[in-house]
Amino acid sequence: MIPGQFDYVRPANLDEVLRILKDREGEAKILSGGYSLIPLIKLRLAQPALLVDLRDIDGLDAIVETDDDLRIGARATHRRIHENAIVRDHYPMLEDATALIGDPQVRNWGTIGGSVAHADPASDWPAILLATRASVVCRSGAGDRVIAARDFFLDTFTTAIEPTEVLTEVRIPRRPRHAAGCYQKLERKVGDFATAGVSAMIRLGDDGRIESAGIGVTGVAETPFAATDAETVLVGNAPDDDLYRRAGAAAAAQSRPGGDVRGPVEYKRAMVAELTLRALRTAVERAVAYA
Amino acid sequence: MTTQHISVTVNGEAHEADVEPRLLLVHFLRDSLGLTGTHVGCDTSNCGACTVHVDGESAKSCTMLAVQADGRTIKTIEAMAVGATLHPLQQAFWDQHGLQCGFCTPGMIMQAAWLLGENPDPTDEEIRWGISGNLCRCTGYVNIVKAIQQAAGEMQAAAAVQAGSPVAAG
Repeated sequence: MIPGQFDYVRPANLDEVLRILKDREGEAKILSGGYSLIPLIKLRLAQPALLVDLRDIDGLDAIVETDDDLRIGARATHRRIHENAIVRDHYPMLEDATALIGDPQVRNWGTIGGSVAHADPASDWPAILLATRASVVCRSGAGDRVIAARDFFLDTFTTAIEPTEVLTEVRIPRRPRHAAGCYQKLERKVGDFATAGVSAMIRLGDDGRIESAGIGVTGVAETPFAATDAETVLVGNAPDDDLYRRAGAAAAAQSRPGGDVRGPVEYKRAMVAELTLRALRTAVERAVAYA
Repeated sequence: MTTQHISVTVNGEAHEADVEPRLLLVHFLRDSLGLTGTHVGCDTSNCGACTVHVDGESAKSCTMLAVQADGRTIKTIEAMAVGATLHPLQQAFWDQHGLQCGFCTPGMIMQAAWLLGENPDPTDEEIRWGISGNLCRCTGYVNIVKAIQQAAGEMQAAAAVQAGSPVAAG
C-alpha cells in the first residue's frame, strides 16, 4: 500500500514544532514512532498534509519519578518503559501492559505518546491511564495543559488534544503502599489488538478493605473507558472473589462492544467480566505484598 | 510535494537519495537500492517479513518511512553472510529445515539476530516471544525455534573462543 502524498519536517526543538502546528493548524500531524500513524496513512484512513517528526526533540523520552508521579516522556518507547528499573520495581501493571503491546518490533519503535494520542479504541495504554487516574500533559504556545485521562479519551481516535498542541508527557500517580495494579488482556493471537483488556488499580486501607479502585477497560466500546460502576461496587468492601465477580458484572454491563471477527457481543461482555475478576485478584495480591 | 534529501548507511555503504516523504523504507531498500532480500508480506505491520535493523533495533520496514531512516544505519539480510560463509543463523535455518517456502525467512533471521543480540542464551519460550512479530505459514515454527537455538549455541561458543574463555559445559 502506497500512502498518499504529504510533506515532512523534522524540527530541531519544540518551539518550532508548536509554531508549525499553529501555522498549519488542522493539516499537520505529529509523527513519533510511526507504528500507529503510518498504518493509518497507508490505509488512507488518515491523510495529513504534513508530518512533523519529533525525533530530534531532546528530553521527550525521560522516565522519572517525582514525589507525586511517575512521569513518562511522550517519546519513550514501550520497550524502554518495560525495561525501566523504576517500572520493573514499582509499577507491575505497566510491566504487564508493555510486555503485551504489539510485538517486539512495535515495542522497539512505538511510543507511549503516540499510542495515547492515537487513541485506538482497543489499545492498551488508555486502560492503564484510566485505571491509575493518570494525566496527560499537552503543550501549546500558551504553555502546558494537564488533562486528566478520564477527560482525555473522547471517541474513536479522538482525544482532547487540540490541533495546536503536542502531547509531551504522561503522569501516572506515584504508587502508595498497599496499592497495586494488574492489566489483563485477551488477544486472538500475539500482537493483535485486545479483544478485551481490563486494568485494575487497587488501594487497600489499613483495615484491609478496598479504599480506592480504578478500572480501565479497552476494546469493548468506541473508546477505552473507566468502568465507574465497577469501581463503586469495590470501594469500601473487603476484597474477595464474590466482590470481584460483582465488579466484573458491572464492568461488563458498562461495556458497549460491537460484534466482529474477535467475537460476538455476549462473548466480549463475558470476557470483560472474567478479565476484571483476574485483574482484581492479582492487583489485590500485589497490593497486600507492597507494604 | 517536496522531496527530502536523506543520507543512510545500508549494510556498511553510505547512500544519498532524494525521496518523497511517503516512500516506505522497504521500498527504498528494494526498489531504490535493489536489496530485494527484504520482503513485503502483509504490508500492514503484522507479518514481519520486512524486518531489518535500524540503528541496531529490529524494525518493520513497511511501517517506517525512508525519511525516518535519514542519518541512521540499516542492516538487511544481504549483510548477514560474509562472502560465501553463511551467518550462523542462515546455516542453522538450512540445517534445521527452518523454512519451507522461505518467504518469511529474511525477516525471521533478522528478528532472530536482534533477539540473540539482546538475549544470547534464550529459552524456547523466549525465542517464541521474541519472534512473535514474525509470521510463518509453513513450518509451524518448531524448526525455526530449533534453528535459532542452534545458532545461539554456535554464536555463544564462538564468542567464548574469541574472548579466550572456555565454553561452559552443558
